[in-house]
Amino acid sequence: MSKNLRFKSSKLVDETYRISFKFNNKTYYGYKGDTLASALLANDVHLVGRSFKYHRPRGIMTAGSEEPNAIIQLHDNTSRTEPNVRATEIEIYEGLVASSQNCWPSVNFDIGGINNILSPILPAGFYYKTFMWPKSFWEKYEYFIRKSAGLGKSPKEADPDIYEHKYIHCDVLIIGAGISGIMAAKMSAKNGLKTLLVDEKSFLGGSTIYDNSEFSKINNQITSSWLEKEINEISKLENLEIKTRTSVAAFHGYNFLLARENLTDHLPINQRENKIRHRLLKIRAKKVISATGAMERPLIFDNNDRPGILLSSAIKKYIDLYGVACGENNILFTNNDTAYETAMSLVQRGIKVNAIIDNREQIDSKLSYEVEKNNIRIFKGYTVVDTYGYKRINGLTIMELSKDGQKVIGKKIKLSCDSLGVSGGWTPAVHLFTQSGGKLKFREDDQVFIPNKYPSDQLSVGSCNGDLGLDEITINTVLSVKKFLNINNTDYKTFEIVTAINKSKRNIWLLPSNKILGKTKSFVDYQNDATAKDIKLALREGFRSIEHVKRYTTTGMGTDQGKLGNMHALGIISETAGTKMGEHGTTTFRPPYTPLTFGTIVGRNVGEFFDIIRRTPIHDWHVANNAKFENVGQWKRAWYYPNKNENMHQAVQRESKAARDCAGILDASTLGKIDIQGTDASEFLNRVYTNAWSKLAIGKCRYGLMLNEDGMVYDDGVTTRLDENHYIMTTTTGGAANVLGKLEDYLQTEWPELDVYLSSVTDHYATISVCGPHSKKIVSKVIPDLDFSDEKFPHMSFKNTKIGQIKCRVMRISFTGEQSYEINIQSNYGKSVWEKCMEAGKDFNITPYGTETMHLLRAEKGFIIVGQDTDATMTPIDLQMNWIVSKKKYDFIGKRSLYRSDTIKDNRKQLVGLLTENPEEVLEEGAQIVADIKKLPIEMLGHVTSSYYSPNLNKSIALGVVKGGKKMLGQKLIIPMENKNINVTVADPVFLDKKGERLNAKL
Amino acid sequence: MFLINCPFCGEREQSEFKAGGEAHIERPKQPTELSDDEWAEFLFMRKNIKGVQFERWNHAHGCRKWFNIARDTSNDQIKAVYKMGEKPPVK
Amino acid sequence: MKNKYSIFSLIKNAFSYHENWEKAWKDPEPKKEYEAIIVGGGGHGLATAYYLAKKHNMKNIAVVEKGWIGGGNTGRNTTIIRSNYLWDASAGLYDHALKIWEGLSQELNYNVMFSQRGVINLAHNLQDVRDLKRRTHANRLNGIDAVYLNTEGVKKFCPIINTSQDIRYPVLGGTLQRRAGTARHDAVAWGYARGADEMGVDIIQNCEVKGIKRNGDKVEGIETNKGFIKAKKIAVAAAGHSSVIANMAGLKLPLESKPLQALVSEPVKPIIDTVVMSNAVHAYVSQSDKGELVIGAGTDDYISYSQKGSHDIVEGTLNAILELYPIFSRMRMLRQWGGIVDICPDASPIISKTSIKGLYFNCGWGTGGFKATPGSGDLFAHTIANDEPHKLNAAFNLNRFVSGDLVDEHGAAAVAH
Repeated sequence: MSKNLRFKSSKLVDETYRISFKFNNKTYYGYKGDTLASALLANDVHLVGRSFKYHRPRGIMTAGSEEPNAIIQLHDNTSRTEPNVRATEIEIYEGLVASSQNCWPSVNFDIGGINNILSPILPAGFYYKTFMWPKSFWEKYEYFIRKSAGLGKSPKEADPDIYEHKYIHCDVLIIGAGISGIMAAKMSAKNGLKTLLVDEKSFLGGSTIYDNSEFSKINNQITSSWLEKEINEISKLENLEIKTRTSVAAFHGYNFLLARENLTDHLPINQRENKIRHRLLKIRAKKVISATGAMERPLIFDNNDRPGILLSSAIKKYIDLYGVACGENNILFTNNDTAYETAMSLVQRGIKVNAIIDNREQIDSKLSYEVEKNNIRIFKGYTVVDTYGYKRINGLTIMELSKDGQKVIGKKIKLSCDSLGVSGGWTPAVHLFTQSGGKLKFREDDQVFIPNKYPSDQLSVGSCNGDLGLDEITINTVLSVKKFLNINNTDYKTFEIVTAINKSKRNIWLLPSNKILGKTKSFVDYQNDATAKDIKLALREGFRSIEHVKRYTTTGMGTDQGKLGNMHALGIISETAGTKMGEHGTTTFRPPYTPLTFGTIVGRNVGEFFDIIRRTPIHDWHVANNAKFENVGQWKRAWYYPNKNENMHQAVQRESKAARDCAGILDASTLGKIDIQGTDASEFLNRVYTNAWSKLAIGKCRYGLMLNEDGMVYDDGVTTRLDENHYIMTTTTGGAANVLGKLEDYLQTEWPELDVYLSSVTDHYATISVCGPHSKKIVSKVIPDLDFSDEKFPHMSFKNTKIGQIKCRVMRISFTGEQSYEINIQSNYGKSVWEKCMEAGKDFNITPYGTETMHLLRAEKGFIIVGQDTDATMTPIDLQMNWIVSKKKYDFIGKRSLYRSDTIKDNRKQLVGLLTENPEEVLEEGAQIVADIKKLPIEMLGHVTSSYYSPNLNKSIALGVVKGGKKMLGQKLIIPMENKNINVTVADPVFLDKKGERLNAKL
Repeated sequence: MFLINCPFCGEREQSEFKAGGEAHIERPKQPTELSDDEWAEFLFMRKNIKGVQFERWNHAHGCRKWFNIARDTSNDQIKAVYKMGEKPPVK
Repeated sequence: MKNKYSIFSLIKNAFSYHENWEKAWKDPEPKKEYEAIIVGGGGHGLATAYYLAKKHNMKNIAVVEKGWIGGGNTGRNTTIIRSNYLWDASAGLYDHALKIWEGLSQELNYNVMFSQRGVINLAHNLQDVRDLKRRTHANRLNGIDAVYLNTEGVKKFCPIINTSQDIRYPVLGGTLQRRAGTARHDAVAWGYARGADEMGVDIIQNCEVKGIKRNGDKVEGIETNKGFIKAKKIAVAAAGHSSVIANMAGLKLPLESKPLQALVSEPVKPIIDTVVMSNAVHAYVSQSDKGELVIGAGTDDYISYSQKGSHDIVEGTLNAILELYPIFSRMRMLRQWGGIVDICPDASPIISKTSIKGLYFNCGWGTGGFKATPGSGDLFAHTIANDEPHKLNAAFNLNRFVSGDLVDEHGAAAVAH
C-alpha cells in the first residue's frame, strides 16, 4: 500500500468526488480537480518516466506547462492514445489510463539505462564523431539510434475526435488570468472595451490565488482573498469573455494570435462522443496585454534531476492547491526568498522541512525569521554538491560556497530528504512577446530578460514584464494598463501591500562542485539530457552562439522547448566565454508556446472537407449512370461510363466509336467561362490572344491561344462574339481562375484605359456538347424552333435561342472533329436539358462520354490539351500552330518572348504525331523518345504526351514532343522502356480527317 | 498574417489577397523595339528589396481589385496602401 | 587530420573528460586580403570554400558570415536529398551532389548522417501520373535510380499513407528513388567548416557585408562591419539575401525572396522510415533520427525577409498531412519556423559568373538547395577557380533569362523541394 500524502482543505480539489485512474497498469485514486501529477504525488509516485538519452529515472518537476520530465503516453493502444502528454497539465477523469514512455521493459527496470553507464563516451554531439565506419553501415547504426530515440508512440488509428476553428475579434486580448491579468481585464472591460481573457489553467488567479499566508496582503486582506473577490467581480462583467483551459500557442504579427481552447480533455472518455475536443481560436485583437507570469528557475548542480527534486514553487502549489505533499522530509535549496514561502506552506500543514540551503550568505526578510522560528535549519552561503537515490532522492550533500561563489569550501555535510525543492529565482515568461517580434533587454540586477520594444500594439504586465514583487505588480499594472488603454478612471486607487519577501538573489548559473565538471551530471535540459559540461564542450569546440550550442547539445530542443533551462544555458555560455548576457544572442522562442495537436490546427478541414468539391449541374445524372470520375482541379468530371462488366478500356473504345459513328454527349460545364463586355473588348482580345479578333463577326466563334509573357502557351479555348461589345471566352477547366486573374491584372494595371469588364460565369451555365454525325438531328429535336441548317448555322457560329421558355446559347464548335453543338443553359436547367438530349438521341445511339474519350477523340484530330501536351516550355510555334500567331498584330502577351535567341531556334521540342511499328502497341504517356540507344549517354529528344488506341483508326496513336520534330516526318525513333524498345515513326499529329470534312458530314 | 487595408473594401485578412510582386514595373509599350537584354530586364529581373518595397496586391477573394502597398519586407510592416496609377508615397 | 573523429577518439577523450577536444574551426579576425572571399557561411558557401581549397589549391580564402554558420536555410530546411529531376541539366547537377553525399561523412570525417531511406513523390491526379512517369523514364535514361510505383506499391513502401481511393485526392501512384533520403543539416555546415578550416580557410562569423567595392567592371573587395577586405574574387552564396548583395554591386537578379515554413512534431518512436512528398496536396514528411516528424510547407506568395510566414500555409500543410496520414491527428506540433528562399522564375538555381569580373553568384535554389550542397559547392568552386563553369553547371547561367533557355523544373510540374 502506498502512502497517502493528501492533506485536507485544499482549494482546487473536490474531495467528495473520487476518481480512479491507471498508471503503468496499477490503479490509483485521486479527486476531481487533480492533475495526473498531483494525483500521482498524493500516492507518493514520483518516478514517472525516463530521460531521452541516458534513460535516467525522472519524476514530476513542475506543476505546469514547463514540465520537462513527467511526460506520459495516454491511453496506449487505443484510438485516443496520445504521446508526450505532460502529467502536470492533464486533469484526471474517471478511466484515465497513462503509462511511462521511453523505457523497456518498464520504467522501474529500463534496459536503456545502460546509456547512463556509457555516458562518458556519449558527450554532446558524439554521433557527429562516430558511426562512420564502415561506410555502408550508417543505416544499420541508424536503425538502432532511431529505435532508442523518440519518446512516446504515435497513434496508429484515425482520431475519433473532432476539432474546430473560431475567429474572434476583440478590442483587448489579455493572456493570463493571474493577478495582473485579472486587474487588466477589469480595467479594460469596465471601460467599455470588448475584452477576452484567456488562461491555460482550469481556474483563474494564477499563482497568486494560492498566496494565502499572513505574509502577503493587499489592502489588509490576504492576497488570495483579495484576488478571489476581484475574480468574482469580473465574472459578472458584460464586456468580458473569459476562457479557461485556453492556451495561447502563437503570437503572430498584426496582433494575430492562435489559442487552443481545450473542451473535453478533462472529461471521462464516454462523455466526449460528438463533442468538440479542441477549438482553435484565431484571434485578431486591437490590443494585446500579456500577463503570462514568470517561471521559477531550477538550479544547476550535480545530479539535479532525480525523482523527488521539484521546483520549490511546484511543491508549494501542490500543497496549497491540491493538498498534496511531495514528501515527508523536505529540503529546499534556493538563491532567493520564494523557497521560504514554500517552507511556510509546508510547515503550516505540519509537513517536515528538514532544512533550507541558501546560496546567499545574508538573508534578511520577515519570512526567513519566520522560518527560523519554526526550527528549520538554514544553511546560509551553501550549495548542494550532490544528491542520492536512483529512483527517488533520499539525501544530498552540501558544501559552503566561497565568497565569490566560484568554489566550494569546507566540509561536506550530508542531509537526508525524500523531496528537494529548488528555486533559482524567476524568469519572466516572454515567449509570446518574442514570438510576436518583440525585442528583449537584459536586467543585470536579477539576471532576467524583460520586454523592451513592442512590435505591435501590445503591453506586458506583471511578472512577465519583470515586475516580480506584489507591490510592483499591482501598482505598475494599473499605471501601464491605464496608459495603454487610454483610460482615466479605475477602481484601483491605492494599494497597501504587505509582503515578507526580500528581493535579494544570488544568481550563480552553474553551481560549483567539489568534483571536476567532467565527473558531474548537472542537467540544464532535463528532457534531452544536456548537461553543463556538454555546453562547455560545445564552447570548447568552437560553437559560440546560443543557436550553435543549442543545436550541438540539443539544449532547449525538447518538448518543453527549454522553458526551464534555456536561461542557464545562456548564463553558462556567457560565464564561460566571459561575455555579457545576450551577446551570444537569445534563443528564438518559436511557436507554438506549448505543443499544438495537428487535429486542432486542421479543425474541420478533414475528410470530405479537405477541399471544396465542385460538381456540375448534371453530376447526379452521371452518378446515376455509373460514371467513374476524374479530379480536374476541384471539379469532379465524368471520366467514363462503364456498362456492366466493362473495364475502362472497353468503355472508352465503345464511347469513342459511338461518338464518331452515331452521336456522343459530353458534360462540358466545367470549362471556364468569362463574360467580356465593353467598347474595347475586341482590342482587349487582340492583346491577350495570339491571333486577331477585330474582324470576328457577331455570332461567330474563334479558337484562341493565350501565352504567358514569357511566350509559353498558357491556356486556350473558344471565344464567341455575342454582340458588338460582348464576348464569351471559354478557358480550360483547371485554368479558369488563373486566366481570369491574369486578364484582370492586365486590364487593371497595364491597360486601365481599356473599357472592358470581366465576369466569371463558369457556374452560371451548364454546357452540354452533342457531337457526331447524328448530332444535328438530336439538337433539332431538342430545339425545334432553331434552324440548324449548315447555311444558317455553320461551323464556328452561335445562336441565341430558347428551349421552351428558357433562353440558351448554342455554339457550333468542335473539339472532337465531329459535327458538334454546344448548348449553354442556365445551370439549374442543365440536367433536364441533358435528359432531353438523351431522350432525343435515343434512336441514334446517343452515348454519353467522359473526359477520357474526349481526350482520345481530340488526339485523333491532333488537338492539344494545354497542360498535357504542353508544359510551360512550349510556344505556339513549337506546337506547329504558327497559323494562330498573328504576324500583323504589333503586340500581344508573350509576343516579344517568341523572338529571344533561344526561343527562336528551330530545333526546339516540337509537337508531332507518333505511330508505333506495331499498331496494337499503345505507348505509355510520359515515355521518353530517343533516336539512338547505342550511344551513351542516351540523348532524350522528347516524350510522349498523349497516347491512345484509336478504335476509329484501329491503331495506336500518340502525340509527343520531339526536338526538331517538325522536320522529322517519317523518321524512325525509339521509345526505350524498362524491358523493351518500341519503334515509332514520326507522323503528322492529325491522324483522322485531315481535311476536316466530318465537321459538315451529311448522313 | 497581415491585415491589409484594401482601398476599396477596408481592412481585411491577408488570406483574402494575392501578392503580385514588385510594383511600378511598367510593361514596355513597344516590346518589339527592345533587345533581348532589355526584355529580360522587364520579364525577370527584380529589385527584391529588403526594406520598404512597393508591391502589387490583389483582393482576390474580395473586390478583385489590384492596388499597391508599401511594405517593409524586413519585418512585414505595411507602411502605406495606394491605388493603381497613384504615385508611391515617399519613403 | 588534427583531431580525427572516431569511436576510438571518443573513448580516448572520455578519459580526460572530453577536456582536450580541439576547436572544430577557429574564429579568426579577417585578414586584409584574400584570394577569394565567399559571402555566406551556409552549407553552399562552406562547401565552396572547402572544394576551392581541396581541389583548386586556393588556400587564402575567407568565408564571411553575417550571423553564425549554418544559421540560415542550412539549419532551417527539411533535409530532403534526392536527384530525380526531370531535365538533363538538373538531373546532372543533383545527381552529382547525391554521389558526393554518398561518401561525404568519410570525406569530411564528420558524420552528416546521410540516410538513404528513399523518397516517394505521390501522384494524385492523372496529369500527376503522366508527369511522374515522364520523370521516371527520364531519370532511368539519365542513369538515376527511379521507379514508378502503383498505389499498392506506395502502400507497401510506406504503409501508413492513406491509400484509400475514396479520399478527396486519392493516391494514384508515385515515384521512388531509393538512393534519396535525408541528412543532418547542421552537421553538413559544421563538417564543411571543420574541413575548410583544417586547410586554412578563414571562417569569419558575425561579419556582415555592407558593400561591394568595384573598380569599373571588376570587383576589388567587400566592406564589412569588420572593415574592408580586399579580394579579386568574390563569390556570393547568400541564399535569401542574394539580391541584397547583388544590389550592392549594382546588379539585379531574377530572384524573389519568399518565406518558406517548416515544422516538427514532438518526437515519437519510429513510425515512418522514408520520405514522402506530395506536390498536389502539398505536404512532405519524414522522421528525424530524434523521432520528430519533419514537415515542410510551401512558400508564401509575397516577398519577405522576416523569416516568418503566414499561418494559413502551415494550416494548409497540416490539412494535407492529415489527409494522407489520418493517424497523425493527435500528434502535436512542437516547433514551427520560417526561412527565406530565393526563387528563380524557372525554379532552377544560378551558379554563374556575372557581368562584373570576379563576382560570382550561387543562388536561386528556392525550396530545394540543401540537397545540392556538396555538388553546388564543388561546381561553384570550379567556376570560381577557372572563371568558367563546369559542364554540369553551364546550363545554370544568368544568361538563360535573356536567351529564354530556361531549365523549367517549375513548369515541368516536378516538385522542386
